[in-house]
Amino acid sequence: MLPAQEFDLLLGTLAKAGYELVGPTLRHGVIGLGVIERAEDLPKGVADEHAPGNYRVRSDGSPGWFGYVVGQESWKRYLFPPEQTLFRAERDEHVVRFAGETPETRRRALLGVRGCDVAAIAKQARVFDAYDPGSSAYGAALAQTFVVAIDCSHPAATCFCTSMGSGPAADEGFDLALTEIASDTEHYFVLRTGSASGRRIAEKLTLEPATRLHREAASAVSGRAVELIERGLDKQAAKRLHADHPEHPRWETIGDRCLSCGNCTMVCPTCFCSRREDTITIDGTSAEQRLVWDSCFNRDFSLAGGIVRESIASRYRQWMTHKLSTWHEQFGESGCVGCGRCITWCPAGIDITQELAAMAGDRGAPP
Amino acid sequence: MKTQRMDQLIGAHPFFEHLSQAVSEIVSGCGENQVFEPGEYLAREGQAADHFFLLRSGRVSLEVSVPGKGALIVETIETGDVLGWSWLVERYRWVFDARAVEPVRAIALDGRCLREKLGHNPALANELYSRFVRVLADRLTGARMRLMDMYSAPDDTSSDVP
Amino acid sequence: MSLSQPHPRPFRVCAVSDQLEDTWTVELAPADGKRVVAAPGQFNMLYAFGAGEAPISVSRIHADVLAHTIRAVGRVTRGLRQLVVGDTVGLRGPFGVGWPVETMSGGDVVVVAGGLGIAPLRPVLDTVARERSRFGRVQLFYGTRDRASLLFQDDLKTWTQQNIEVNVIVDRGSPDWRGPVGFVTQPLEAATINRSATALICGPEVMMRFAAGTLLRKGLNPEHLHLSIERNMECGTGQCGHCQLGPYLVCRDGPVFGYDAVSDCLAIREL
Repeated sequence: MLPAQEFDLLLGTLAKAGYELVGPTLRHGVIGLGVIERAEDLPKGVADEHAPGNYRVRSDGSPGWFGYVVGQESWKRYLFPPEQTLFRAERDEHVVRFAGETPETRRRALLGVRGCDVAAIAKQARVFDAYDPGSSAYGAALAQTFVVAIDCSHPAATCFCTSMGSGPAADEGFDLALTEIASDTEHYFVLRTGSASGRRIAEKLTLEPATRLHREAASAVSGRAVELIERGLDKQAAKRLHADHPEHPRWETIGDRCLSCGNCTMVCPTCFCSRREDTITIDGTSAEQRLVWDSCFNRDFSLAGGIVRESIASRYRQWMTHKLSTWHEQFGESGCVGCGRCITWCPAGIDITQELAAMAGDRGAPP
Repeated sequence: MKTQRMDQLIGAHPFFEHLSQAVSEIVSGCGENQVFEPGEYLAREGQAADHFFLLRSGRVSLEVSVPGKGALIVETIETGDVLGWSWLVERYRWVFDARAVEPVRAIALDGRCLREKLGHNPALANELYSRFVRVLADRLTGARMRLMDMYSAPDDTSSDVP
Repeated sequence: MSLSQPHPRPFRVCAVSDQLEDTWTVELAPADGKRVVAAPGQFNMLYAFGAGEAPISVSRIHADVLAHTIRAVGRVTRGLRQLVVGDTVGLRGPFGVGWPVETMSGGDVVVVAGGLGIAPLRPVLDTVARERSRFGRVQLFYGTRDRASLLFQDDLKTWTQQNIEVNVIVDRGSPDWRGPVGFVTQPLEAATINRSATALICGPEVMMRFAAGTLLRKGLNPEHLHLSIERNMECGTGQCGHCQLGPYLVCRDGPVFGYDAVSDCLAIREL
């Protein structure tokens, strides 16, 4: 049990252990992610409202520090940078030398990671580790990362983590997990440890043990959160979507609405697609290859002697069926964690859960 | 004796594979062996299509003469193929020139004779039409495929996937 | 933890030979003293200095020398066009699943190639020609645009000498072409095909769909039918997403697939 007034003790301990602290910060009216130093830097007393194509943060004066959910940014930028150098090449007459870039990995603590995002980190790790286990830059970055999860207390209208089995509380994949209990009379956190390094940090905090009352209050937070989740998605129908409905007319109607902007792929915490970009110096002697985030909504994303997905409908189908269905064949699980970002940040307000239900002939979990 | 031998020749040709005895007899009665030297025409565009040919060996090119371009070969007919469906299509005129590329041995079948029989012999009509439709379907599909010019380099030269 | 990102290996250009106006073959050997092991049907990412990488299938395997037959269609391949003997070129690979050469052993083989699709099949035909007694009847059906786009003419002669039945057919006739004119499915339709033969098809996707259709109509077992799928592979390791075909990552699960695995995908438009 960590009283709120001692929260800085946790942050200080992590900083002393060499971690840069990254957590939620309120910027430009959005809950973003940034470097924080003290509990003071957290967005306090604010709540967020989510709806398809709609997002607002409002001050509600509530006593909690984590009474909101995820903003448009996910943590993936810290483990899978939007842009990274892969290698450099030097040319001297006929000879070319290659040098792989050694990515800078810093010890970083991610503070306030929601269950959905904890699951997303594990999913991306499996993708990047699939080809050559233990050799990915992602894995190397993750090894230097300390994850402090926070259980969601105020799920948004776009959340559906319960359908994907990834929340509202994280079961695994964190070093420390916190449940915030905040009211006008009391404010404290109940801690769970999820790893050896989590236990080492927890030991340094010399915490008061949680009482039965504390633990009950913590489980009530998650219990209430589960009940507050309005959206649902039929996971079995999702898995079968690609096989069952590759040519459902609904794809066309989605295609009419979708702007192919790629927002959903940028905000999605599991989308991993990338492309390689090459540059060369003006004297032609040095070149560099970089890896940058790509999106399956880009017209020339897939080629086979020409553009494979010319229609927007086919690009949305690619994105949605990959996320929900074919990820299973490729990586042995669903690619969706139910964070709802793709719904909130879609300028056309396309709702993946609604679209699935329309195609599967299933309304999903009852509201 | 001659009929017997024609019967065997026709039965051995892929186009008339598994032909019933009755139909085989009728067809054989209309058949005649012919030989063509390279360059020799088996048919000329616009002329009466009174025959079709079963190629026993050799190659025939279907050509169309284009001013300024000479004789364009639109397709070749190979050993084991059948040449000529114009005898089945009213007005009965050859559509293309057909010319031997190599020495050709063929069985020429009298289309006029068979045409008359088709009308009152459903078994014969069924055999001939179904076999010709299969051949035409293959050639039509092939022609449509070739229309795509699918082996040429992609237009979009930004792509590096050939 | 220090971890270096994967980067191309330097390969030395041993030979460059023009095939067609826009198509040529480069032979590459490792320049770092290490070995390279490639299987027929696999591909490499070839790096044109400063321009980027392109997926190129291996068109001949001769010990440590790998041939790549390239058509200049984009920025990278035009960059690779500049290579001369003695140059260094970057290579990542070999990647992917190749042709089932081992399981073909002892049986008949039908190879159907369309256009540049003959290139990834050449190592298979080389193997067959070299170890001819391991295989039964071997038929090659090679369709291409015209006489001027006919690849590997010397090889076609060699294979014929090795008792491989070579059938070449062109889409467009020309005065200098005395052979068959038509689409590749036509000689395939006319040929006698052993139902238990193994068939390998490589070419434009449409051509593969139709050639597969012809073979299946002729009674070939779909389990013995294999296709090589073309997509813009970028990473080669199933991590960039570009080469997805439904449930598959073509660079990792292919490029050679069993017909049954991909036939449904090929029937869906814009997949």
